[in-house]
Formats: sequence, C-alpha cells, structure tokens
Amino acid sequence: MDTVILISQVIMGLALVLTFVRVVRGPSLPDRVVALELFSTTVVGLVGVYAIQSGVASFLDAAIVIALMGFLAAIGFARFLERGGPRDD
Amino acid sequence: MIEFIKGTLLIAGSLFMLLAAIGLLRLPDLLTRMHATTKAAALGVILIMLAAAMHFAEVGVVARSFAIIVFILMTAPVAAHVIGRAAYFVGSRLWSGTVKDELRPNYDPLTHELKSGLETHENAKRQPRNTDPS
Repeated sequence: MDTVILISQVIMGLALVLTFVRVVRGPSLPDRVVALELFSTTVVGLVGVYAIQSGVASFLDAAIVIALMGFLAAIGFARFLERGGPRDD
Repeated sequence: MIEFIKGTLLIAGSLFMLLAAIGLLRLPDLLTRMHATTKAAALGVILIMLAAAMHFAEVGVVARSFAIIVFILMTAPVAAHVIGRAAYFVGSRLWSGTVKDELRPNYDPLTHELKSGLETHENAKRQPRNTDPS
C-alpha cells in the first residue's frame, strides 16, 4: 500500500509540474486562471492521499477548504476579467 | 481485497489528474484546455476521495469525503462556465481549426450585447401573459 501511495504522489507531483509549466507559459490571463484552478484541484487530491498515508482524517477538512478557495479564486478572477481591470499578459 | 480496490482507485485518480495536466499543456486554445482540465481533474478527485472513504470506513469521514465529491461536482462546471464566458468576452483567441463559433454572429463586442436570434417586430410587440413565468 505504501508503494501505491508513493506512486500516486509521484504522478500527481508530475501533474503539478506540468500545470506549472502552463502557468508560466500561458499566453493570456484566462489560461493562467484555468491552470491555477487545476492546481487547486490537484492539491485537493494530494491532501486526500496524504490523509490516507498519515491516517489522520482531519486532513479532509483542509481538502474541503482548499477546494472552496480554488472555486472562489476562479469566480473572483472571472469577475475581474469581465469588469476589465488592468491586465499585464 | 479492499487494499487492491483502494490502490486501483488511487492510481486511477492520480492518472486522471496527470491526464488533465497533459491536456492543459498540449491542447491548442483555452476552451479545449478547460474541457480537459475540469472533467478529468474532477474525476480524479472523486476517485481519490472514494479511496479515502474506503480507507477510513467511518461514518464521519465517509460523509466528509462525499461532501468533497458533491462540492467538486457542483463547483467545477460553474467555475469553468464563468471563466470561459469571461475569456470569450475579453477576446480570447480560438484555435485556428475551430469549425463553429455560434456566439460570434449573435454577440456584439462593442456594446457587450447578446442576441437570441428571435428579435422580430412581432416579438417586440408581444405583451406578457398570465401564464408566463414572472
């Protein structure tokens, strides 16, 4: 079971690295917002795997909070884009 | 047996997340990238949370992981819709191989006005009736 957990953590770490490449390269601000949302979703998965690894179920509460923050950040960025705030991309 | 199911769920979930990341990196424009990330990442989180629920097998933990699943299922489409709408309105480029853009003939970017295609004189003179939803 430990090996399986390690493998899935490595796979998700690779996914985080690939997402970060899109955050850096992303040609426009909406691309970066989508990449950041995928970032938060992947971190939710990582926290779930860490809860299994450590045996502490309270980490799932942290996962809920991270999912909520990612959603609110996406909504806020979308409002910011539609209102036409200053952009640098 | 339950260990095997848990391991399969974990590996499948993380593979779906890797698939979402690869799609985000490889696909050509914003809407196709969103199409890759929202669905695959939501499915990955769902599988991992099912694995966590099976691992702990307590009422509180199972309820919490199902709460995460329901939350992800409710928020991922909303966030994708809002970002996609904002990106279209700020003029995000579509892929050069895009076949159909149904919003383009009905949207005026200067006045920020959407048409439904039903704006006839007859519809403009139409009075509300009692049976219409208010």
